Amino acid sequence: MNTIRRRFQPEQIRELVLIALIIGILIFFGTQIDNYFSPRTFTRISTSVAVIAVVAVGQTLVILTRNIDLSVGSIVGFTAYIVGTILSINNDIPPVAVVLMAVAMGAVMGSINGLLVAYGRVPAIIVTLGTLAIFRTVLVEISGANSVLTNELPRWLVNLPPVNAFTLGPLDIRLLFFLAVVVVIIFQLVVSYLPWGRRLYAIGSNPDAARVAGFPAQRIIFTAFVLSGALAGLGGFMFLARFGNITVVAGQGIELQSVAAAVVGGVNINGGLGSPFGAFLGAILIDVLDNSLIRWLAISEFWRDALLGLLILLAVATDTVIMNRLRKVWARHELQVSGDGEPPAEKGGAGYAA
Amino acid sequence: MRPDWSIFRRWEGLLLILLILIVGYNALSTPGYLTVGNWVNLFQLSIEKIIVALIMTFIIINAEIDLSVASVMGFSACMMGFLFAGGMPMEWAIAGGLLAGFVAGLFNSFWIGIVGLPSLVVTLAGLIGYRGLAYVLLEDRSIGEFPAWFDRLGQQPLIGPFPLALIVFFVLLIFAIIVLQYSGFGRYVYVIGNSKDVARYSGVRVRRTKMILFVVSSTVAALAGILYAARLGAVRGDMALGFELDIITMVLLGGVSIFGGTGTMWGVLLSVLIILNLRNGMGLANFSGHVQTGVIGVLLILSVLVPNLAGTVQAALKRRRARTVEVVAAE
Repeated sequence: MNTIRRRFQPEQIRELVLIALIIGILIFFGTQIDNYFSPRTFTRISTSVAVIAVVAVGQTLVILTRNIDLSVGSIVGFTAYIVGTILSINNDIPPVAVVLMAVAMGAVMGSINGLLVAYGRVPAIIVTLGTLAIFRTVLVEISGANSVLTNELPRWLVNLPPVNAFTLGPLDIRLLFFLAVVVVIIFQLVVSYLPWGRRLYAIGSNPDAARVAGFPAQRIIFTAFVLSGALAGLGGFMFLARFGNITVVAGQGIELQSVAAAVVGGVNINGGLGSPFGAFLGAILIDVLDNSLIRWLAISEFWRDALLGLLILLAVATDTVIMNRLRKVWARHELQVSGDGEPPAEKGGAGYAA
Repeated sequence: MRPDWSIFRRWEGLLLILLILIVGYNALSTPGYLTVGNWVNLFQLSIEKIIVALIMTFIIINAEIDLSVASVMGFSACMMGFLFAGGMPMEWAIAGGLLAGFVAGLFNSFWIGIVGLPSLVVTLAGLIGYRGLAYVLLEDRSIGEFPAWFDRLGQQPLIGPFPLALIVFFVLLIFAIIVLQYSGFGRYVYVIGNSKDVARYSGVRVRRTKMILFVVSSTVAALAGILYAARLGAVRGDMALGFELDIITMVLLGGVSIFGGTGTMWGVLLSVLIILNLRNGMGLANFSGHVQTGVIGVLLILSVLVPNLAGTVQAALKRRRARTVEVVAAE
């Protein structure tokens, strides 16, 4: 028990449990669905998880600071549509410029949210509820109700989804999925090691203390919203690449999916706890369930959302009940250690803010 | 005697001025705007949202939120349609729909009150889950062909020019004003919203109050969902989708703080009137529904941003004045 305590933080155990849960669900559906463990299942799930994972990472950064970004769905739709329109007019824009354009567009919209929340002191839920409607309105108005069509897009973009980054045995790692994994890893490192990342936790777990300690809370919250917008912009690009045909309602509902992924992945809605990696696992769990229920013949696919709702509740209930108990065990242990005159154990990972 | 202008410094005063401006503009630009028929029509088009906004006011003043109301509306209406299509008499099907809402409310309260999870998460799960149950019941079917009396209740005037939904709203409004502003329970709602801990130490039954509110919220949402079904004459899995945002906007624009503890039913009533008249006026001026939603989004943000900025400016002015006074005193 002591070795476990020294090696792991409660949050890491939670992530292990999540991984075990995903494996358990996979094994269960493996016995239920013919030909479930095939490379195609992996490809299908990894392709659909990519967009939501990238957006969920941005959402995590914002939730860590005890805020919420409900406008990401509109940002995804906006960038997918506008970038698609620009590309169908001018097919020759280099791919890198296209990605940068999408990210920049998202960042601008994120900075509007950030300005209003951090400097205008308007609660995030109000701001992003408003911009959820406003961004969508602007999109509908400038689109004139036209759609982006696949056959007007450049070839490289249409052919992007089936491109492999590399293959792992029989599994194809798609480029878009690989991109999502890279984003998750980068931001996992940022929140674990960079001062900016650590301060996200500090602000989220105790805003007053963070201010008293002299953290530039406003600037950090602003940056979190800008990054959330930028990642939603990247998600918009991936959305465009994946679907090709984009209407003005594209991306609706992604805001709730990203919050759900983060919450299932152990990101505390009250800020200060959780990690991008956890949100990634949450996105995978939801997607595995999604994709498997559609193919499972025992119950109708319409059960999907009802089960998802229940899953979110159970995930959060486990979080509050079991995690609190675990954290107490850890805290007691640390208290004993420091009581003996030794310095308290180095805290690592997301456990910092516990 | 000097007139008392202090009401105009309060949020409700600002809303009242805004409302008078909008109604005045609409009345001048559209003949026949101020007729009873037009106003009944105005209310009738969003009456279900307004009914739910009444109970949402209690919830937000209580420093909680209920994101699941629109899904409960859809779920209850679908339950009613499902039972009716299964051969149940309409009266029993309606009771079944209401019961579904009541049970959904009990379910929400269990997780919020007994397990102690944040209401944002519980009702987010409810938003997804109850909508999912609505789809489970009806899949992608649509159920209509309700008895004629049911459709008539939703669409025809019942007493004078007023249809049933409007009468339900007025009754609930009076009840809500009395309970929130003039009863002990209403005081508890405010006290808990201000500080849960203070309320608990003062002997207020925090958990029970919250649980009652969430059960009532879902039951009222179920009632609104059934009224909506009567107005449309049919039910489908995706009915009332996305209504929660409009409902919450109505409450927040009315000056109810998202952090709880402040706001009045009067403010919400004014904000409802503003939103209705603004939408109607913009509709008459040929703005699309999307633009109307966008403008209301802007209004929602401004409703918090402007008082914040005004507060900052006021504080700065006060500091400067204090400094001037000091300088004068020093001389």
